[in-house]
Amino acid sequence: MSELNELYQQVILDHNKNPRNFREIENADRTAEGNNPLCGDQLKLYLRLNGEIIEDISFIGSGCAISKASASMMTQAVKGKSIKEAEKLFEEFHKMVTGKMDVEVEENHLGKLKVFAGVLEFPARVKCASLSWHTLRAALNNEKTASTE
Amino acid sequence: MKQAVSFFDVWKIRQDFPILSENVGGKPLVYFDNAASSQVPKVVIERISKYLSQEHANIHRGVHYLSQKATNSYEAARERVKRFINARDPSECIFVRGCTEAINLVAYSFGKAFIQEGDEILITQMEHHANLVPWQVVAEERKAKLKIIPMNENGELILEEYESLLSERTKIIAITHVSNALGTINPIKEMIKIAHKFNIPVCVDGAQAVPHLKVDVQDLDADFYAFSGHKVFAPTGIGVLYGKKEWLEKMPPYQTGGGMIRRVTFEKTKYAAIPEKFEAGTPPIMPAIGLGAAIDYLDSIDFNAACEYEKELLEYATKSLCEIEGVRIIGNAREKASVISFVIDGIHPHDIGTILDKYGIAIRAGHHCAQPVMDFYNVPATARVSLAFYNTKEEIDKLVEAVKKTIEIFS
Ligand SMILES: Cc1ncc(COP(=O)(O)O)c(C=O)c1O
Repeated sequence: MSELNELYQQVILDHNKNPRNFREIENADRTAEGNNPLCGDQLKLYLRLNGEIIEDISFIGSGCAISKASASMMTQAVKGKSIKEAEKLFEEFHKMVTGKMDVEVEENHLGKLKVFAGVLEFPARVKCASLSWHTLRAALNNEKTASTE
Repeated sequence: MKQAVSFFDVWKIRQDFPILSENVGGKPLVYFDNAASSQVPKVVIERISKYLSQEHANIHRGVHYLSQKATNSYEAARERVKRFINARDPSECIFVRGCTEAINLVAYSFGKAFIQEGDEILITQMEHHANLVPWQVVAEERKAKLKIIPMNENGELILEEYESLLSERTKIIAITHVSNALGTINPIKEMIKIAHKFNIPVCVDGAQAVPHLKVDVQDLDADFYAFSGHKVFAPTGIGVLYGKKEWLEKMPPYQTGGGMIRRVTFEKTKYAAIPEKFEAGTPPIMPAIGLGAAIDYLDSIDFNAACEYEKELLEYATKSLCEIEGVRIIGNAREKASVISFVIDGIHPHDIGTILDKYGIAIRAGHHCAQPVMDFYNVPATARVSLAFYNTKEEIDKLVEAVKKTIEIFS
């Protein structure tokens, strides 16, 4: 059951139970909705920008532990970062969960986000882990919705 | 007088299904996703293999030996379907790709012929999207109104409301026989009787009924009855639309092309009689023959005993799951087929599905293509265990252990 432990690490379970930045932002500069039609995962992302900097970010919604924890940790990871840095993180995260980068070997900025490397063993769950990131990119591109389909 | 319950030897039955002795991730497979697709017995696999190695050809168009043989096998499968659901005539059994296509056929073709602006189409609150979206589309196109028969908290249709929704504007009623999300067995015989008092035809989605109940379309007096082969131990790619001759003959073709014509000139085409009128193009010959073999298989076992056994399994699984703290069953109709939807406080069904999978247990997690049902219960999704007669109490015990483990991981 080691794969299960890899997937459901304590950090993920904790963020699932107590998601960070789990609220709405009034007067947000950007919002976007993410849907995973297959699973019914839904989230709404709120961003407040200060020039190129993501000054505040939050989300609401419902989903599985993986998608919720991923959204929670994503908001933590990009808060205070520049749009460019956030986009870079998106790319690295995407490469990690689709098996295109070995995070233990190649240099990256993922830090704590590396706990999601475990989803590689669960192809059906990759979309859950990446939903919030796709939604972030939609928001940064000024699109209203993102879907993992 | 108490009827003797015939003995059902599940261990012997399991020998008939090769896949049941497979391992997944090093664990013996526990297959509880039968409502999505059931498994295929050896006799069906062998029949398909024989067809492909000795009989394969196109049908109805060759004078050569193989084409004749394939045609005979294909039509023999139709004859078996006729017996299986007790249709009056094989020509009332149209082969389609699956239940979805069967319902689309009725919605499109019946809609074109009989539904006009201001008319009403009645469906229920517990329909699979396959028996909802096609009607929604027809309603939109014909400027008709879609009305919904509501259900109660247990997941049972409210029959008083049903009666009050019927009027001379109602042109057709589409009802699922058994709910794929809740397991509810609807009293469709009674509902059809009521509809017929108003001369309204009824289209029944039987996808989840045929694997669990003996279906007799004449006894039900259904006007249309649709089901899929892959949920009754046949391969994918084949479904059946039963329709009463008097309706089918009045309905225009759903698709056009070869195989469904009598005479074609550039000015005008005369269509073939039923069932060919509704079977344009080369049909799914091999899957149809597979379905015929699956029906033969069901005839060869004691299906009544299998149904009784399934009931026992359902009771056992319901009781065992209810005893786990935090587990809540969605759908508690008095009459249920062996489908159990459940949720666990604080754990999303997908996480349940992923963890059970690691124990070799295949269940379905999601909205089961019945989002209005999820909305009704205010849940985004459920975990669903759907049993077949080849499942065992031992497997249910494994499920219970794995569910407890899941709760532990998330505690
Ligand atoms: C009640 C019900 N209706 C219709 C369908 C659609 O069947 P198919 O996907 O084989 O066309 C299903 C299958 O999921 C079902 O459960």
